[in-house]
Amino acid sequence: MAALVIAEHDNAHIRGATLNTITAAGRAGGEVHVLIAGQNCNAAAQAAAKIKGVAKVLVADAAQFADGLAENVAAQALAVARSYSHVFAPATSYGKNILPRVAAKLDCAQVSDIISVEAPDTFTRPIYAGNAIALVQATDAIKVVSARPTNFDAAPAEGGSASIETLTPVGDSGLSRFVAREIARNDRPELQGAKVVVSGGRGMGSAENFKLLEPLADKLNAAMGASRAAVDAGYAPNDWQVGQTGKVVAPQLYIAIGISGAIQHLAGMKDSKVIVAINKDAEAPIFSVADFGLVADLFEAVPQLVKALG
Amino acid sequence: MKILVPVKRVVDFNVKVRVKSDGSGVDVANVKMSMNPFDEIAIEEATRLKESGVATEVIAVSCGVTQCQETLRTAMAIGADRGILVETNDELQPLAVAKLLAALVAREKPALVILGKQAIDDDANQTGQMLAALTDMPQATFASKVKIADGRAEVTREVDGGFETLSLALPAVITTDLRLNEPRYVTLPNIMKAKKKTLETIKPSDLGVDASPRVKTIKVSEPPARKSGIKVPDVAALVAKLKNEAKVI
Repeated sequence: MAALVIAEHDNAHIRGATLNTITAAGRAGGEVHVLIAGQNCNAAAQAAAKIKGVAKVLVADAAQFADGLAENVAAQALAVARSYSHVFAPATSYGKNILPRVAAKLDCAQVSDIISVEAPDTFTRPIYAGNAIALVQATDAIKVVSARPTNFDAAPAEGGSASIETLTPVGDSGLSRFVAREIARNDRPELQGAKVVVSGGRGMGSAENFKLLEPLADKLNAAMGASRAAVDAGYAPNDWQVGQTGKVVAPQLYIAIGISGAIQHLAGMKDSKVIVAINKDAEAPIFSVADFGLVADLFEAVPQLVKALG
Repeated sequence: MKILVPVKRVVDFNVKVRVKSDGSGVDVANVKMSMNPFDEIAIEEATRLKESGVATEVIAVSCGVTQCQETLRTAMAIGADRGILVETNDELQPLAVAKLLAALVAREKPALVILGKQAIDDDANQTGQMLAALTDMPQATFASKVKIADGRAEVTREVDGGFETLSLALPAVITTDLRLNEPRYVTLPNIMKAKKKTLETIKPSDLGVDASPRVKTIKVSEPPARKSGIKVPDVAALVAKLKNEAKVI
């Protein structure tokens, strides 16, 4: 029994969510092997070999893996997957894109977004925006599983000494081509790994007003998030979206500002350790999950809060 | 150019579902059902491609119980030309749906399949990718912009930290994200027109697909409830609580 983890990486570093996935895979599948499919990805492979709990790193280094195209990365995973009892990937936009292709080609079901491992073939996962938790058992020979990063501790990035094996790269599918990438650069922590998240909702009123949250995020070294309503209204970029259809976060401190607390938003943040809500509507559902609620006009309260934090 | 748009009938997004007391699932009896919101975006996108002269026919497909006909009628009221219902009362999981759709792709030979990135009931986010794999089509998931030109689809995708653009050979599978478009309101005349459109009903066995579930649900339970918190009177009290009690700042 061994588990293959499809690593999310940028050729130089292993993305954080991969570490949480390695923990989940270890619980389910025993020995953990990590697949790095990339181009000039030796640094990422070296980093993967140092992760505690990883027994072997498989490296496929070729131009067709440079941009993480699903067709090519899935084909590479498929080339080795049949010798494993489990295939894991993080439930991030990278993993979600690739893993179902591997599952379908193996003719195995996929269990998405697990939050616990109960037995090698049994997992829990949220359904209906987290309003119910399903305990499910996968019956196929190979269990294909994506893990929700916030529900598993990160495997230590140091302390391992895995062997590195070079794979023969599978060829380019020729079906899709990478054209361009536009990644917003900022100095803030990554939303899904941040210790503090400051999120704004429709109550912010405009994209301009969203800037009001920046000094607060600066003070707390926080990532910025948004509700679906705020994203829909064009106040904030889509990749800030926290919720059922966006990102799931579980920081130490989550500050919801001008967010009413729709079911689908709560699905993305209710596992946060401490939740603060600032909203002028005392009846807003967000207060039902908030540890500390402040009924106030956010345009007064937020600057006051920034000031109070010194 | 034909576009196939799979649509799923799900519990309406405004409904807070209840877990059945015997733990066998969630109670969906007498609950409002609607088209999965991401599939609505898919049907809108396909309709726009037809209106702009890129597509010639839009076919909506749904897999599930008889009542999925209503979902297909909604799709036809938005703009689909005809509907296909793959009817079954059995539980359908994403891999089974992908196989049914793959069989329909072989029959209809669409140049594009556009569908929602995930259904808001099982939250699996699998069907589009699985369909693409089974049919050896390229995929662009989480699309926020679609352009068809020179026999290829140029798709902008929502990824962590921003966007990326891919160019796909046709036929291809595209899954929709939130910002691709804003679906139109369905008008009464269009609802009336949709009633006259063709709706074909077939069985999974007609497509030669074994749609039996591969994942067994052992139990469904309520999530652990968060204990209720307190209201603080002002910002100073809030900061004091965060510093001294919660110790998070």
